This record gives sequence, structure tokens and C-alpha cells, in this order.
Amino acid sequence: MRERQYDAVVIGGGAAGMAAALRITGAGYATAIVEREEGLGGILMQCIHNGFGLHRFKEELTGPEFAERLIEQVNTSKIDVFLKTTVMEITPDKDSRKLVVCGPDTGVMQLNARAVVLAMGCRERNRGNLGIPGTRPSGIFTAGLAQRLINIEGYVPGRRVVIIGSGDIGLIMARRLHWVGAEVLGVVEILPYPSGITRNIVQCLQDFHIPLYLSHVVTRIDGRDRVEGVEVAPLENGAPDKSRAFPIACDTVLLSVGLIPENELSQHAGVRIGHDTGGPVVDARLMTNLEGVFACGNVLHVHDLVDWVAEEAERCGDGVVAYLEAGAVPMKQGAVTPGANVKYVVPHHYLPGQDAHFSLRALIVKDRAELLVRRAGSVIKRRVLRHVKPAEMIYFKISGEELPPSPAREAPASLEIAVE
Amino acid sequence: MSDECYDVAIIGAGATGAAVARRLAAYELRVVLLEKCVDVCFGVSKANSGIIHAGFHHPVTSLKARLEIRGNLMFEQLHHELGFPFKRVGILVAAFSEEEMKTVQRLYQQGMANGVPRLEICSSERMRLLEPKLNPDVVGGLYAPTGGIIEPYRYVFALVENAQRNGVTLKTEFEVAEARHDGDAYTILSRRGDRIRAVRVVNAAGLYADEVSRIFGGEEFKIIPRKGEEFLLERNAAGLPRQVIFPVPGRHTKGILVIPTVEGTMMVGPTATEVEDKEDRATTAEHLEMVFAQAVQMVPVISRREIITSFSGSRPVLEGNDFFIDISKKAPHFIQAAGIQSPGLTASPAVAEYIKDLLKQDGLALVEKSAFDPTLPPVPRVREMSTAQLAAMAAQDPRYGHIACRCETVSEAEIVEAIRRGHATLDGIKFYTRAGMGRCQGGFCTYKVLKIIARETGLPMEAITKRGDGSYVLSHRIAPDMLAGEVGHA
Ligand SMILES: Cc1cc2nc3c(=O)[nH]c(=O)nc-3n(C[C@H](O)[C@H](O)[C@H](O)COP(=O)(O)OP(=O)(O)OC[C@H]3O[C@@H](n4cnc5c(N)ncnc54)[C@H](O)[C@@H]3O)c2cc1C
Ligand SMILES: Cc1cc2nc3c(=O)[nH]c(=O)nc-3n(C[C@H](O)[C@H](O)[C@H](O)COP(=O)(O)OP(=O)(O)OC[C@H]3O[C@@H](n4cnc5c(N)ncnc54)[C@H](O)[C@@H]3O)c2cc1C
Repeated sequence: MRERQYDAVVIGGGAAGMAAALRITGAGYATAIVEREEGLGGILMQCIHNGFGLHRFKEELTGPEFAERLIEQVNTSKIDVFLKTTVMEITPDKDSRKLVVCGPDTGVMQLNARAVVLAMGCRERNRGNLGIPGTRPSGIFTAGLAQRLINIEGYVPGRRVVIIGSGDIGLIMARRLHWVGAEVLGVVEILPYPSGITRNIVQCLQDFHIPLYLSHVVTRIDGRDRVEGVEVAPLENGAPDKSRAFPIACDTVLLSVGLIPENELSQHAGVRIGHDTGGPVVDARLMTNLEGVFACGNVLHVHDLVDWVAEEAERCGDGVVAYLEAGAVPMKQGAVTPGANVKYVVPHHYLPGQDAHFSLRALIVKDRAELLVRRAGSVIKRRVLRHVKPAEMIYFKISGEELPPSPAREAPASLEIAVE
Repeated sequence: MSDECYDVAIIGAGATGAAVARRLAAYELRVVLLEKCVDVCFGVSKANSGIIHAGFHHPVTSLKARLEIRGNLMFEQLHHELGFPFKRVGILVAAFSEEEMKTVQRLYQQGMANGVPRLEICSSERMRLLEPKLNPDVVGGLYAPTGGIIEPYRYVFALVENAQRNGVTLKTEFEVAEARHDGDAYTILSRRGDRIRAVRVVNAAGLYADEVSRIFGGEEFKIIPRKGEEFLLERNAAGLPRQVIFPVPGRHTKGILVIPTVEGTMMVGPTATEVEDKEDRATTAEHLEMVFAQAVQMVPVISRREIITSFSGSRPVLEGNDFFIDISKKAPHFIQAAGIQSPGLTASPAVAEYIKDLLKQDGLALVEKSAFDPTLPPVPRVREMSTAQLAAMAAQDPRYGHIACRCETVSEAEIVEAIRRGHATLDGIKFYTRAGMGRCQGGFCTYKVLKIIARETGLPMEAITKRGDGSYVLSHRIAPDMLAGEVGHA
């Protein structure tokens, strides 16, 4: 089998993979990206709507436009890009990581790398995961698959559509389907509030008079060959009220009910997965429990904005560079744990004396909430947040001065981050 | 009008019909297998627990028990000849009270009387040693090492393929709608108006055996669909057991089981409810609750979070609860194979043997075919290859290097092969290759599979279906004026 050596191999050529690889090659290290699809860009390539890059480029780009900026940089860099190539297996070793990759053009090859970046993105939660009862006809799609079929393949999946879940992807798809001539009969959301951002509620639903059923669930999918309809029921004390259930005749059901980090490859290699994020547990430099194996982007935890994906990936790239230069972090790291009303905080560790960036998800909806960082029980930082909700990630930074080292030989105190 | 006249027409390409077709393929006969669906094994045989039962559940006085025990013994050879996935993982019946242990004793006696080999009554310790994931409250149970598991569709596909290679004709989308006997043979008409002639007919129509019997003027009986819902959990699920685990059975059914699949996923189910509609395939929230509540009693670590899909199938049940396999007393040269409920999969090779003998009794001359080849060449599957094998295959045919389904590691070459062998729907390809059967349930690979089908068959994308009939996947092409990106619309 052919073999190649790299300082770093990045798995996945989406926004995260490209941003990380650019950082590593920028420091002069031999870097490769392995991407299973025919081109770089990842999920961005099917997101042809506007709304990307406001933070990073200070302008509103479409997904492919955002991706194109990174792709151009990759193409003019020294990064080796393997397209149509799937990473089949990662074998961690003491001082190198071996990757078996496979593709129609590359054949089967072994890549040896000192560092590996996991940037495989995520997959969509599906009907089985939710356990929606009823029949199993054709015409049930995850929203991202429908987006791909419409925007890239050029086919409309159906004419009369019901969307389950009010996440941004579902909302964007409601408008997209309307524009390609399909009738969107409603968006059904189990929660009492929409999961997507307000702008999308207005611009994707209200502008087209698409009904949004909050606190409702689809209790059944009907149809023998093709979807023929769904039954929708309002929630009453957390359970569907069957007496007020009503049918909607439709030929297509779209599911926009969440994303799951795609970590089977990582798990197989022995990467430890956190049950709160569904992604790897990482240290302050975004390194997993396996030495030399890092993670960023949606494979680490599900992001809402690509701008933050790219930023996190760059920090991951910096972590890889530091590792390639000097090995694993020499000092003890402090633990970071979610406190009240917080689902998770990433990364799971911090380094005393160094700036730390955190992403977290709240478990509550609240106006004027307070973000509280406690260290060894006492509050070291507070910030007022105008509005928090689970669907919107919270990002913040703590400077190195605020995180002084603990007395010699003592493990650094742990941080607890809460939203109250 | 063609005059082709077959010696035997088999109606229904499920486990029963396929096994009969393959058995008859060993003789100098003209045999046709008629199936109303677009592919074989789209009936009851695709939606079941995939268990090769050991043969202790029913008294040997029933036909189904006798054929179950005989069928079980035939699977090693079939597996070697045809290569479908099969493993004798063993069956455990777990008892949680002394009362239940009494039933276990009874099952043991019954199994011994039936001639089930190597049955063992187990203590609690022995049970937990055999299956460490069992609830530690288990007081004991029964161990039947000869029980096994198969992939039912791969089994049926292999039977049909082998039958075809040995000269059997397969006609799919041939729904038998009418038949007349003119003294010599039957003329059989399909719903679409196709016509064939056959001297003898085997009714293996599963849930529709009553209707097919009526069409031929055979016995009057009613098939009662007894629906079973099953839930499939992902690969490496926490609760994945080593053996198939049964509770102590109730009066009518074997109860809710915890089942490892040959491919490394697991299932819990099936329920058992009599339904009116033969096509009722719905799963319900109540049954999901019930199934998991019962399954975790046996294996506490089973988690609903690991469900990737659910399905249901209905057992074709006759009054009296036994198989009805016999030469018709009403219709000439008409062999009934009705009421093939559980353990119909296990019994199928023995059912085929039994039907072959009935056909002989009915006057069919059986002359062995010297050229009969009982084997099938293996289908290369990336999932089963070593890295070195994959490297060699991909070097020969780059399509093996293109992994189309990431969850189940299925290559483009395997999908092309499935299509070439007649499985050109999404479900057909899924059952043949496993593409789309994994944790993402086709979220990533569906568009790839659609494009490969379109390329290989020349069908327009809109004409591709999930499983034939009205199950189209894509409604229409985007009109050219709508093709532009979104920005133009905003
Ligand atoms: C449908 C959708 C709509 C969105 N809309 C917006 C929006 O409006 N605004 C916004 O700012 N953000 C949006 N986002 C979020 C943002 O675009 C994504 O979070 C971001 O692009 C993810 O980047 P990534 O690199 O982590 O993952 P991906 O883009 O998914 O990239 C992962 C890549 O890894 C490859 N890969 C996976 N496994 C392997 C393997 N084993 N071998 C080789 N390659 C592999 C995949 O093919 C893929 O190309 C949206 C996301 C989605 C899913
Ligand atoms: C939930 C469940 C779990 C089970 N678990 C097990 C198990 O673990 N082990 C086991 O041994 N058994 C099990 N069984 C039983 C087993 O699945 C069946 O006994 C077996 O599959 C029946 O096969 P068949 O070929 O007789 O019927 P089918 O597979 O239904 O085949 C009949 C075929 O006839 C076709 N047909 C019908 N009408 C016509 C017509 N007019 N013209 C042409 N074609 C027609 C149908 O389309 C169908 O393909 C289970 C059953 C169920 C429902």
C-alpha cells in the first residue's frame, strides 16, 4: 500500500477543515485535507441562501460564496487536497497517527501524520431517532437532504409539504420550497417557541403566510406508497391532545429536528465522546483524549453560524501548531463544567494564564439573563445577555489575567459556567 | 400470444416461494416464480425478526414445529452454498420468577421431545455468564445453542438468484388476478394483462394466500394479519446482546425479544396485534413504549436514544394457528402453502422440501438436473474486506473505492451490482447492499444512490421509486426559470 507522511492531516474539507488546515500550513507544516465529496466546502455548498460571513467578512454572503473565499486560499496554499477520498480508519500510535483512506482516484493509501484534525461535520437527526409513529412511505426527507436535492441536483421532492421542526434549516427550506413552486402547509414545532432565529421566522414563514404550529407534534404519518398526510396534535401538559388532533393532507414531510456530530470514525479510534455535546471531549487546545488528535467545527459540537466554526477551527489550527512545535500541553489544565441552566461548555478545559474562548448552550429561554463564571466557588466574571435561548449558541472570552495559575503543584481550580 | 407453458408456477416470492423455486430448480422442470411487487422479498419476509428458531416453542404435533426443526438444521448448508449472512448465536429464554421457571421446564421437555439438540436448563449464574447484559434479577432460563439469526432479505435474494441461475424464470410486477383451468393447464393472468400457462401451481402468497386460493377455486379460508412492530437500534448499541433473548412466552406469542442482527445492529420487538388491513404497516407510540418497557426488563442498558428506525410486518395467520400446506382438494394440481406465520422463515427450506414431495405425489415427474449448481459466487462487499483486499479491488475497479454509503460502508460498485441483478429501487438496493440502512437512514447517500440508479438504468430521476408503484421519490425537475439561486428572489 502506498504511504505518505504529513505533519498534519485534516479529515473533512468543510469550513472547519479548511480554516484549520490554512492555519497549520501557514506555520510551515506539511498539511493535507481529505474530503470524501467531489469538491471542498462541505455543507456550505448547498446553503445558497444569504446570511453567512457577517462576523468574519462583515458582509452577507451565500454559503458557496463564503466557502469560495476559503477554497481560493486553500488552492493557492501548499495544502495537499485529496478529493473523493474517504478516511476509513484512524489508528493512533505513540508518535504518529495512521489513516487509511480510500477513493476512486486515490485508491487505498495510508497517510501517516503527527497530528490529525477531526472536521467531519454532523449528520441530521431522522425520523427513527424521533420515533414518529405511522407508516413508512416515500416522501419523508431530512431538511438537509431536501436542500441538496433542490439546490444541487435540481429536483423538487414534492408539491405539498409539511415541515417538522422550526430550526433555521427547516425555515430556510420552507421559503426555498415556496420559491420552487411547492406549497408549504405548515411548520410543526414541539416547543412553545420557534427554534430558528426571528429573522428567519419573518422572512421565511410570515412573508409567505406559512403557518407555524407551536407546541404541536406530528402524531402520525400516513400513506401507503407515498406520504398522503400527517396528523398534528397540540400539546397539553406535555402530551399530545388527541381530541384536538387534525389532519393535513400532503405528499412530503421534511424533518428539521437537529443535528448530531458525526463521530463514528473518531469513536472507533478511541476518541472519548461527551454525552452533552455528542462530540469529543477536548482540552484547552481542542485536543481530544488521543494525543495528537484534535477536533473542530460541527464534529466537535453543533454550531449555528459558520463564522464561529471558522474561528474555532483557526484556534484548533493554532493548537495543532503548538503541538507540532512542542508536544502536548506541559502544564496541568483546569476543568470547565456546565453550571445552572447550561447544557454544555466547549472546550472542557482551560489553561491558567492564557486567554480562553468558550462556546456554550443554554437550556432556558430568558430575557436579560446573566452569564456567571465561578472559579473555586467565587464569581470571577459576569456578563448580561440580552436574550438567551437553546437554539442560539453563546460565545465569550476570558482573558488570561482573569485566570491566574493556582499555587505551585496544585491542580488549577475548575471553572463552572452558569446562566441565571 | 405466447404458448409458453410452465410445469410449475409459484405465486409469491417471499421466503416460502423462493425456497420452493430454488428446490425445484434442481430438477428438469420449467418453473416460473410470480411476484406482484417490483422486487422479491417485499412482503412479510422482509419485515421480521430474522431468527432461525431452535424448535422448542411449539409441540411437535403441529406441522409448523416439525418443519421448523427440520428447517433449522438445513441452514448451515444453505449458508455455505449461498453465502447470505447467518450465525448460530444461540437463544436464551430468561425467567424472572420461580413461576416462570416452571414454564422453562415445560419448554425444555417440549424441546427434548421435539429432538432439539443441546438444550440446557440454566441457573441465574449460567445465564449471566452467557449474557452479561441480562438483568441480574434473572432466576434462570433455557439455553438453545442451535438458534440462529439471518438477514432475511439476503436469504431470499440468494434463493431467487440461485434459482434463476438454474433456469427458473422470475416475473416481478406480476400480480396474479385471474386463473382458468382448461383441463390441461392453468392460464394465469396478471392485473396488468400479462398471461402465462402452467400445469401446477403453488400458492405461496403470504398474506394474500386466501385471495389467491379463491382465484384458483381452492379452499376457502381467511388469513388474519397479526401485526408485529419492531425497533432497530444502531451498530454498537449499548444493549447489543450475544444471543437472542426471549422472555418466558405468553399464550399466543413469543413475547418481546432482544435480538442481535447478523450485521451488528440490534432489534427489539415484535408486538402482536390482529389487524384488519393487510397493508397496515403503521407503528404506534403506545407500542414503542410497551416494547421498550419490556425489553429493558431483560436488558436494562437498552436505550431508546439508539433507535434508528422502526418497521412492522404482519404474520399471515390461519384459524387454528398452524401452517396449511397440502394438495388442494378443490382446485386441480394446486398446492396450498398458507398460514405461513412465524416460524415461517426458519421452516422455509423444509417447507420447500415438503412441497416438492407434494408435487411428486400430485404426479409431477422429478428428474434431477445434472447441471444444477447449488452455489452462488460471492458478492464482494467493502464492509467485509481487509484493507489489503480493498486496495486490490479498488485498483481493479475504482468504483470499489467510492464509498457511497458512509454509515454502512457500501461502495458504488456494490450498488451497481445490485441494480444489475434486478434491484433498482431504493429499498431493493438498501436490502441488497445495506446502503441507507445505517444510522443516518439515507440522509447522506440517497441522492448518490438515485444518481447511480438513473445512470445505470437510464430512468429519469423522477421515475425512480422507493419500492415500486406510487412510491416515487422526487416529484419533478425544477423549472429552468426557478433554477437561479435564491439571491435573485429576495
Ligand atoms: C443545512 C444547513 C444550513 C445552515 N445555514 C447556515 C446559515 O444560514 N448561516 C450560517 O452562518 N451557518 C449556517 N449553517 C452552519 C454552518 O454552515 C455549518 O455549521 C458549517 O459550515 C459546518 O462546517 P464543518 O466544516 O464543521 O462541517 P461540514 O461543512 O459538514 O464539513 C464536513 C466535511 O467532512 C467531510 N467528511 C466527513 N467524514 C469524512 C471522512 N470520513 N473522510 C473524508 N471526508 C469526510 C464531509 O464530506 C464534509 O465535506 C448551516 C448548516 C447546515 C447543516
Ligand atoms: C414481525 C414478524 C416477525 C417474525 N419473525 C420471525 C422469525 O424471527 N423467525 C421466523 O422463522 N419467522 C418469523 N416470522 C414469520 C416469517 O416472516 C413468515 O412466516 C415468512 O416470511 C412468510 O414468508 P412467505 O413467503 O410465506 O410470505 P411473504 O414473504 O409475504 O411472501 C408472499 C409474497 O406473495 C406476493 N403476492 C401476494 N399476492 C400475490 C399475487 N396475487 N400475485 C403475485 N404475488 C403475490 C407478495 O407480494 C409476497 O412477496 C415473523 C413474522 C413477522 C410478521
